[in-house]
Amino acid sequence: MLVVTCPVCGIEGEEADFHYGGQAHVRRPATTDPVNIKDEEQRDYLFIRHNPKGLHFERWRCDRGCGKWFHAARDTVTMDFKAYYGITEMPPLELQQQAKGPWADYFKSVAKAK
Amino acid sequence: MTGKPYRLASGGSRIDRSKPLSFSFDGRSLSGFAGDTIASAVQASGQRVFGRSYKYHRPRGVIGLGSEEMNALIGVGVGARHEPNLRATQIELFNGMTAVTQNRWPSLNFDIGALNNKLSRFFPGGFYYKTFMWPRSFWKHVYEPVIRYAAGLGKAPEDRDPDTYEHMHIHADVVVVGGGIAGLTAAEAAAAGGVRVLLIDENPVLGGIADLTAGKIGEVSVADYAKAAADRLAALPNVQILSRTTAVGHFHHNYMMAFERVGDHDPSILANGAPRHRLWKIRAGHIVLASGALERPIAFANNDRPGITLASAVRGMVERYGVAPGSNGVVFTNNDDAYLTALALKKAGVNVQIVDSRARPQGDLVQKAIAEGIEISASSVISKVEGTLNVKSVKIAAYRKGQGRVITEKKVDCDFIAMSGGWNPALHLWCHNGGKIRFDDGLASFRPNTHTDAITAVGAANGTMSVAETLAEAVAAGEGAAKAVNAKAKAAKIKLPAIEEPVRGALEAIWFAPATGGYNEGNKHFIDFQNDVTAADLELAQREGYESVEHTKRYTTFGMATDQGKTSNLNGLGVLSEATGRSIPEIGVTTFRPPYTPYSFGAIAGSLTKELFLPIRRTPVFQWHKDKGAVFEPVGQWRRAYTYPAAGEDKHASITREILAVRNKVGLLDASTLGKIEIKGPDAAEFLDRMYTNMFSTLKVGKCRYGLMMNELGFLSDDGVTVRLADDHFLMHTTSGGADRISAWLEEWLQTEWTQYKVFVTPVTEQWAQFAIAGPRAREVLAKLGPDFDVSNEAFPHMSFKIGRMGGYPVRVFRISFSGEQSYEVATPANLGRGLWDAILAAGEEFGIEAYGTEALHVLRAEKGYIVVGDETDGTTTPIDVGLEGLVSKKKADFIGKRSLEQSYLKGPNRKQLVGLLTEDPNEVLPDGAYAVREVKDKPPMAMIGQVTSTYMSPTLGRSIAMALIENGRARMGETISFPLEGGKVVKAKLVSPVFYDQDGGRINA
Repeated sequence: MLVVTCPVCGIEGEEADFHYGGQAHVRRPATTDPVNIKDEEQRDYLFIRHNPKGLHFERWRCDRGCGKWFHAARDTVTMDFKAYYGITEMPPLELQQQAKGPWADYFKSVAKAK
Repeated sequence: MTGKPYRLASGGSRIDRSKPLSFSFDGRSLSGFAGDTIASAVQASGQRVFGRSYKYHRPRGVIGLGSEEMNALIGVGVGARHEPNLRATQIELFNGMTAVTQNRWPSLNFDIGALNNKLSRFFPGGFYYKTFMWPRSFWKHVYEPVIRYAAGLGKAPEDRDPDTYEHMHIHADVVVVGGGIAGLTAAEAAAAGGVRVLLIDENPVLGGIADLTAGKIGEVSVADYAKAAADRLAALPNVQILSRTTAVGHFHHNYMMAFERVGDHDPSILANGAPRHRLWKIRAGHIVLASGALERPIAFANNDRPGITLASAVRGMVERYGVAPGSNGVVFTNNDDAYLTALALKKAGVNVQIVDSRARPQGDLVQKAIAEGIEISASSVISKVEGTLNVKSVKIAAYRKGQGRVITEKKVDCDFIAMSGGWNPALHLWCHNGGKIRFDDGLASFRPNTHTDAITAVGAANGTMSVAETLAEAVAAGEGAAKAVNAKAKAAKIKLPAIEEPVRGALEAIWFAPATGGYNEGNKHFIDFQNDVTAADLELAQREGYESVEHTKRYTTFGMATDQGKTSNLNGLGVLSEATGRSIPEIGVTTFRPPYTPYSFGAIAGSLTKELFLPIRRTPVFQWHKDKGAVFEPVGQWRRAYTYPAAGEDKHASITREILAVRNKVGLLDASTLGKIEIKGPDAAEFLDRMYTNMFSTLKVGKCRYGLMMNELGFLSDDGVTVRLADDHFLMHTTSGGADRISAWLEEWLQTEWTQYKVFVTPVTEQWAQFAIAGPRAREVLAKLGPDFDVSNEAFPHMSFKIGRMGGYPVRVFRISFSGEQSYEVATPANLGRGLWDAILAAGEEFGIEAYGTEALHVLRAEKGYIVVGDETDGTTTPIDVGLEGLVSKKKADFIGKRSLEQSYLKGPNRKQLVGLLTEDPNEVLPDGAYAVREVKDKPPMAMIGQVTSTYMSPTLGRSIAMALIENGRARMGETISFPLEGGKVVKAKLVSPVFYDQDGGRINA
């Protein structure tokens, strides 16, 4: 049972007081261009998720507190939460740099797009 | 055995000989002393057999000293207070206790199951998988009942548990698990730092096995040191001690569960109102694991006979309870520790000799045994045990490591054996939550390595077997833990006194002692006593290709059930290692899973039983329903009136009456449970266009529209009517069970995807009471209530609403229908609900108004072919599947699920589609969920083409009706399909439109 802290209202609670919302930073293709979505793109959006051993980025909701969604960076081996950040925000830069595998690729592509 | 003086004339540190107790064991009246366990008192009476083994039904006695016991599982208590599968070594005796053995059919000393033993060549490893394969029906009717009966793992009580249980939540700076010398010392060191310390110990007396440990700490014995430390801790205000409490599991972020047996040892505690068990849910800052070590058995031929016990358990019997296991014993060991047992026996006047597998046993204890004149056979093993219900003699054979067969042997008469194959650190809690371990050649066992949580192992749990090193480790760990949770914690400044303890010779691992005679025929080397797994079974599994230790475990059942590898694990790995030539670290260990020992269902439930199990939600009219004699049904947490049987009516009759009242006159339904969510803001309309499949931005103020919601996969998730209260203000209705889920769903999209939308989502389900007035006379009832708005059909048509006052009540009235009749849903603030309900009933009396329940509602809607999300849909059903493609917008660029509907697999030709069904026999009601098949055959398998989703006897139509999802259903209208039922009956039904009644909708608009 993890201990989670909500970055919005500040309460610290048990995992059961929160709702796990799966992987963070999944882009919904239909929001920006509903017309030209390839089948593969929709498949990736719906079903393909990272499953890293180590640093991971995920969504949580403060279920029994303020009800707000937020992002968390968590190490899936040590179970340590490395950072909490806003639901519309990207993770702190140093964590983006520490990320490996598909997460590293993702953060690089976002930086490049900017 | 009976008649010999097994209770020694003196000795027994735990028992009080001035307080005799009497108890019943398998119906026999026995006596013991205060402080005895069931195991010690029964053995004192001369009885050794405590049960029969699981597979071979071999007689079994006590093996262990505490919670590691896996043979002597017994049931305690009578009637509803009976609890099965308790370890006899842990049960503290009280006066009048009733205990029974479990696996003994038809009796302890002879039973037919022992035939399995004679047939053992037919019971190899993986026996269940190999034998009970076919025919399949034999599993349900023959194999499983017989196996369950013969296995005899206790009987659950049938009545409701009369006792209470509770959960406790606690935060502690430092949690120390284990109250032996390591735990006590660590707790003292941590407490000296000023932090809050919780000490958990599973035994009734603190000290662990200090009393069975040789040496002196300062001027006192190890036992006296432990006692003084326990007394000091008890006096500290920042230390809480939980005795009779087992830490059963360790989880993420130092979460720990502990199971406290509050009242099992003394019925007067329960009589005073205390809970029987407590489950502690602990969040620890730092954990010091001082859980000790468990002694290993040795795998020698027939090592399971009653009277063969772990050496530490024999020592405990003699020193704690003054009970001798026999009069003439053999200690079989590969290490020095068991010499303490031999010395204790000798001191108690019991004849004993030592068989040591090591070539040159040395060390202080060996010298002492020699000095005491105890005969030692070095380089020797026990190669055979004679006797079935008792040990009669052993054969002692010369042994060299690696030697596979017996060359020379001698027979020695004896009546008990104490065995010790070394000690395994109790790693279970260390490993529950991902702790790493490493193999230690000196211990011939695994010990803790690294852990990601804040946890430190000390003493025997850490593989540290000397007293001096244990205490030094414990002080450091206690200080370190206090510092870790509070950097300003004071240093303990504990000065350890000089410690004297015997210098010990090295242990030599022995995983298998060669046997006399044919291999594994009457010569079983048991590895897992509880599951009857022998060394031969493990080797066979290897030969059959089960190379992974996890596969071997599942195939042979080794290390399963309550043992969880406590005694069996390492010996099994040793056998596998010798069989494969791979080292034990290469083989690896099986997963340690919580709980460490089993705990009661009562403790898991705590106080969350009966009315506290789940909160119940009641509508403002609940009391009226109850007074009216309603039958209730649960809908989520709600209790809704299912039907209202009048005096002399059964449910079927009352449902029929309620349906006909709606069709012919007028009915009243409590629809307050319907989910209601207000959606407000300048972007509300655009937001709803995203959430619903159909368009809501075009809905005019004052109008209602039925909407469908999908998830992103394109599957239906909810439906309901949404009304536009103002340009920027909507009221959404959801299904009764979906209200919370849908408001969270809307919030999620607003917060995470369309964050630019200015929209508030407010659930208002409980704020409103809402009632449906439905039937051809509904408008007359409405008019009678004195509305301040025009209720004529022209001014107030279907799918519109009015806000105003009616008979003094502020109301929102929606002309919407789930029955197909002219229908008004009237909402008023919840606190006025009951008044309005009564007013409607009074106004409707002259029109014959009757309250109707949820079952009538469901039949009414099924007659009209309206779907219920969850009945006609199952999470893989699209709007198109249920014939509602007209509600899927083609104009909107995007809404949730739109893109997925274009995926090929949702456009395939064989989707199941919603149809109506009319059975050939109009009186035949299809069972809910019945499968339609392509072709009826004599027996399964038959190709399945769909299933019944709703099925009723329709009083309106005077015949049965059903809805179903059938492959290509819409293209097959008019076809007759078959539903084979249980017992060979086949029901045939014709595919028709799902709208059975009033197909042109004339009644709804009337």
